[in-house]
Amino acid sequence: MRHALLFSVFVVASCGLAYELISAALASYVLGDSITQFSTVIGTYLVAMGVGSWLSRYIARALVVWFVQVEMLVGLIGGFSAAILFLAFAHVNEAFRLVLYGTVSVTGVLVGLEIPLIMRILRSEIDFRELVAQVLSFDYLGALAVSILFPIVLAPHLGLMRTAFLFGVLNVLVALWAIRLFRETHSGARALQAQGVLALAALASGFAFSDRLTSLAEESIYADQIVYADSTPYQRIVITRWRDDVRLFLNGNLQFSSRDEYRYHEALVHPALATLPQARRVLILGGGDGMAAREVLKYPQVESITLVDLDAKMTGLFRNNRLLADLNRGALASPRLTVVNQDAFVWLDANPEVFDLVLIDFPDPSNYSLGKLYSSAFYRLLEKRLSARGLAVIQATSPFYARKSFWCIVATLEDAGLRTAPYHAYVPSFGEWGYIVAGRGAFALPVSFPVETRYLTTETLKAMFDFPADMARVPVEVNRLNSQILVRYFEDEWRRVMR
Amino acid sequence: MDRRTFLAALAAPLAASCEFADGRPRPATGRLLGPDMALGHRLLVDPAPAPTETLRVPVVIIGGGIGGLSAAWQLARDDVSDFRLFEMEAESGGNARSGENEVSAFPWGAHYLPLPTREGRSIRELLSDLGVLSGSIDAEMPVYEERHLVHVPQERLYISGLWQEGLLPRIGVAQRDFEQYRRFEDMVQRYKAARDRTGRKPFALPIRMSGIDAAAHALDATSMRDWLLAQGFDSPFLHWYADYACRDDYGTRAADTSAWAGLHYYACRDGQAANADSHSVLTWPEGNGWIVKRLSEWLQAHGAAPVQTRALCTRLSTTRTGAELDIFLAAEQRSIRVRAEQVLWAAPAFVLARVWENPPPGLREAAARVDYVPWLVANLTLDARPDDLGPAGLAWDNVLYESNALGYVVATHQAIRVKPGATVITWYRPLTDGSPREARMRLANTDWKTWVDEIVAELARPHPALPGLLKRIDIWRWAHAMPRPVPGFLRRPLSALLAGLDRPLAFAHSDLGGLSLFEEAHDAGVRAAQRVRRMRR
Repeated sequence: MRHALLFSVFVVASCGLAYELISAALASYVLGDSITQFSTVIGTYLVAMGVGSWLSRYIARALVVWFVQVEMLVGLIGGFSAAILFLAFAHVNEAFRLVLYGTVSVTGVLVGLEIPLIMRILRSEIDFRELVAQVLSFDYLGALAVSILFPIVLAPHLGLMRTAFLFGVLNVLVALWAIRLFRETHSGARALQAQGVLALAALASGFAFSDRLTSLAEESIYADQIVYADSTPYQRIVITRWRDDVRLFLNGNLQFSSRDEYRYHEALVHPALATLPQARRVLILGGGDGMAAREVLKYPQVESITLVDLDAKMTGLFRNNRLLADLNRGALASPRLTVVNQDAFVWLDANPEVFDLVLIDFPDPSNYSLGKLYSSAFYRLLEKRLSARGLAVIQATSPFYARKSFWCIVATLEDAGLRTAPYHAYVPSFGEWGYIVAGRGAFALPVSFPVETRYLTTETLKAMFDFPADMARVPVEVNRLNSQILVRYFEDEWRRVMR
Repeated sequence: MDRRTFLAALAAPLAASCEFADGRPRPATGRLLGPDMALGHRLLVDPAPAPTETLRVPVVIIGGGIGGLSAAWQLARDDVSDFRLFEMEAESGGNARSGENEVSAFPWGAHYLPLPTREGRSIRELLSDLGVLSGSIDAEMPVYEERHLVHVPQERLYISGLWQEGLLPRIGVAQRDFEQYRRFEDMVQRYKAARDRTGRKPFALPIRMSGIDAAAHALDATSMRDWLLAQGFDSPFLHWYADYACRDDYGTRAADTSAWAGLHYYACRDGQAANADSHSVLTWPEGNGWIVKRLSEWLQAHGAAPVQTRALCTRLSTTRTGAELDIFLAAEQRSIRVRAEQVLWAAPAFVLARVWENPPPGLREAAARVDYVPWLVANLTLDARPDDLGPAGLAWDNVLYESNALGYVVATHQAIRVKPGATVITWYRPLTDGSPREARMRLANTDWKTWVDEIVAELARPHPALPGLLKRIDIWRWAHAMPRPVPGFLRRPLSALLAGLDRPLAFAHSDLGGLSLFEEAHDAGVRAAQRVRRMRR
C-alpha cells in the first residue's frame, strides 16, 4: 500500500503541473504575451495551492474519502479546463480572464489539498522523516516528468484539450485505485466507485468532444496553434496564432495573416475609394472578417456600409471576439455598418439599391458554387447596382499563379458591359495578388490618398496598375453559368502550383 | 455553443446509430398525385348535369396546357381579348405543370426547352416577351438570359458503377463503338444540313415544316431500332443511346418508335445562342412550369380573363357558324352552356373525339388508333444533395445506364445561391413495358409504397446515402402522357383531319403533329389562334 500511495503521489504531482502548464500555454496562445501569461498563471496557481494546503487543516476525519473526492474533482475540473477555456475564448471573450484565473484557482486549491492529505494518510505507516523525504521527492519527480513531456510530446501531438482530458483521466484512475486499496476499511466504497466511473465517462466523452472541435489530423495541418475552430453550415473556420501572427483559415485556405493583411485590404479598398470623394453608400460582398470595412471607415464621407456575408458565425466572431475585433478595429460594430447574413447573389438579385462603391471579396472560384459569383450573370447584376459614377473592386486571385483565371475575371466583367482597370499587389503570405476596378467609365488613378495608409503610396500605385510580361493579359473565354470555364482555369493553374 | 447544442452534439452520433441500427432508413412521407382521374373519367360514366346558365363567349379555348396558353398568348398579341380559357385541372400547364414546397419549385412533367431553331421564331418571340431572350429575335445566334441556360455540369451518366460526363456512354466502350458513334453523328449532321428543292429541312421543328417526302415515309415505315441495324449500327451502347432518346422524348422504346421520329430527335435541334453552345437548353427549377407561370402572368397583364380551372367540357356541337359547349364546373358541381363563334381545341384528340357530337367523318376512328403512353414522375425532397464529390458533382440531368427509368433532374441546380442544402430531384419513368393499356392498369393499381420502394432501390445504387436523406416522395401518375410515334405515325389520318377542319374549330394541341413536344404544342396553339383571327375578319 505504501508504494502504491507513493506512486499516486507521482501521478498526482504530474497532473497538478500539467493543468498549470496547459492553462498558461492556452492563455499565451489566445491572449499573446507569453511571459505575462505564464507568470500570472503560475503565480495564481501557487497561491491557490497554498490556500489548499492551509485548508487541509480543517479536514479532520475520513481522510481517504476526502482524498478520493478531491482527486475526482481535480480530474474533472482540470480535465475540462482546456475545453472550458477554448469555449470561453470563443464565446464569452470579455470574461475570458475571469474564467482563466477562476479555473486556475480552483484547480490550484484542490491540488494543494492532495499532498497534505496523502502525508496524513501515510503517517501511520511511515516514519515522519522518511515520509517527508519520499512524498516530496515523488512530488518533484512527477513534475519533472510532465515538464519534459509537455512541450515535446503532449502539446504538439495531443493538443492542449486532449492532454487536459488525459490527465483528468489519470487523476480519476488514482481515485479509483485508492478506493480499491481502502475498500475493506471503509464503508461507502461502492458509492465512491460509482462516482469515479461517472467521472471517467464524462472525461472520455470530453475527449471525444474535443475531436468534434478539432481533430488530431486537423491540428497537424496547421503550423501554428489553433485558438478557434468551428464548423458552420457553410465552411470550417479555423483561427491560429503564433506570437503576434493571427491567421484565419476557411476550409483550410488562408484568408489573412495579421502580419500583412493590411497590404491586401489597403490594396482592395483605397485605389478606388480615394477617387470617390462623393462616395456615400458602400457595399461589401464577402469580407466577413471586417478588415475591408475597417479601411472604408477611414473615409468620413462614407455614410453607410452594407456588408453581405453568408456566414453569421463569421461576422459574429469578428464583431464580438476581442482578439479579432481588435484586428478590424471594431469595424463590424460601427454604427455606420449594417451586416446582412445572406447569399450575396440572392441578396443582390432581390435588392435594387445602388451603391457608389462595391467591394467584392469572395473566396476563390474553386468550385461551381463559388464560380457563380464570378459569372457574367453576376456581373450584369452588379452593373445594375452601381450608381452613375460608382465603382466595383473585385479580388481576382493571383495573376501570377493563376494568370488565365485572373484575366478570365477581367474578360467576364467586360462582357457584362463594364470597363476594367486590373492591378496587383504583393502580399507576402499570398504572393502576387490581383484586383480589378470596374465601372462604366475609364478609371483614373488617385493623385493622393486622403487617409492614412501603411503600404500604399501614389508611386507604388503606378507600378500596381502595370503588368509585367509574366502576368500580362492572355486570351481567355468569358465565365458563364453555363460554362463555368473559370473553375476549370483555376483548378488547372493551382494544381500546377500546389503539386 | 449553448448547453442544448452541446448536448445535442454529444447525442447526435448516438441518435444516428439508433436511427439506422436496423439498416432501415427513416420513413419518408408523400402522396400519389396526378390529373384528376375522377373528373376526367366523368366523361365515361356520369352524365353531366343539365346546364343552368347559358353564356356567350366569342372565342373559347379548351385546355390550358402549352397549346392553349400559346393560343391565348397569340390572341392577346393580336389584340383579341374576348376569349375564355377552360381547363379541366386545378392548375393550368398540362404536361408542363409544376409544384413547389418549402425547399424548391419542381417540375411534374416537361422540364426544359432546347434552344429554339430558326423555324421556332414564334418561340423566340414568346421567350422575348418573357424576358428570357434579349436583343433581336431574328439574330442568327440570339442572346439568352444566362441564368436560364442550364448551368454546368449539364448531364452525366452512371455506367459500370461510375459517373461520366455526358450521356453517350464512354466507360467500357470499345473502339468500334466509338467508330459507330462517329458514323451516326456524321449522318445526323448530314440530315441537319440537308435541304429539299423548296429549301425545307428533312427534320424540322415544328414537324409541319419538314420536307415529308418518300424518303421520310420510308423511314417512318420502320422502327428506330431496325433502322439502326439496317444501317450496320450494332453497338449496344449506341442502341442504348437511341433507345434512351426515344424514351426520353416520346416515352417509347426504340423498337416501338418510328425511325423518322427517332432521327427527328437528333436532327431537328439546331438552335444556337450567342452565349451558349448548341447543346445547351433553357431550364428552370420548376421546368417548363416556369414558362406556364410567366405566361399566365403575361396574359393577366395583357388583359386576358383568368383561366377557368376545374372546368370540364362534356359536350361539343358545331354548326357552320358557331359552336355550343357544355362545361361542367367541378367547384360548383353544375354545368354551364357556352355559345361560341370559334373554338380552339387545345386538349388531347381522344377527348375531342369523345365529346364532339357531330365530328367530321373518320375522326373517332382516327383518334381511337392513337395510343397514349403513361408516365410516372416522382419528386424526391432530400435534406442534402445526394453527393458532393468534386466540382463535377451532381449534374442537372443524371441518368442511369441500366434502368427502365430516365434518371433524374435536380430542381435546385439553377438556383443562384451558393449555400448548399436541401434539394428536390425529379425522377422520370415512361411505362414502356407491355401495351399502354396494361401499363395504365398497372399505374392505377399500384400503391405509393410499391413505387417508392422501387424508386429508392434504384437511386440507392449510385447514391447509397440517399435513403437517409429522403424527406418525402410525391408521385405523379400521367395516365395519358403522350401519343406514341409508332412506325407509320406520319401517315396517321388524324393530323390531316384536324389540320383543315371546315368548322369553326381549330385544333391547338400537340396531338396534331403526333409528337408531344413544347415546340409542337406552341406551334399548334399559335397557328390555331391565327386561323381564328383570320376567320373572324
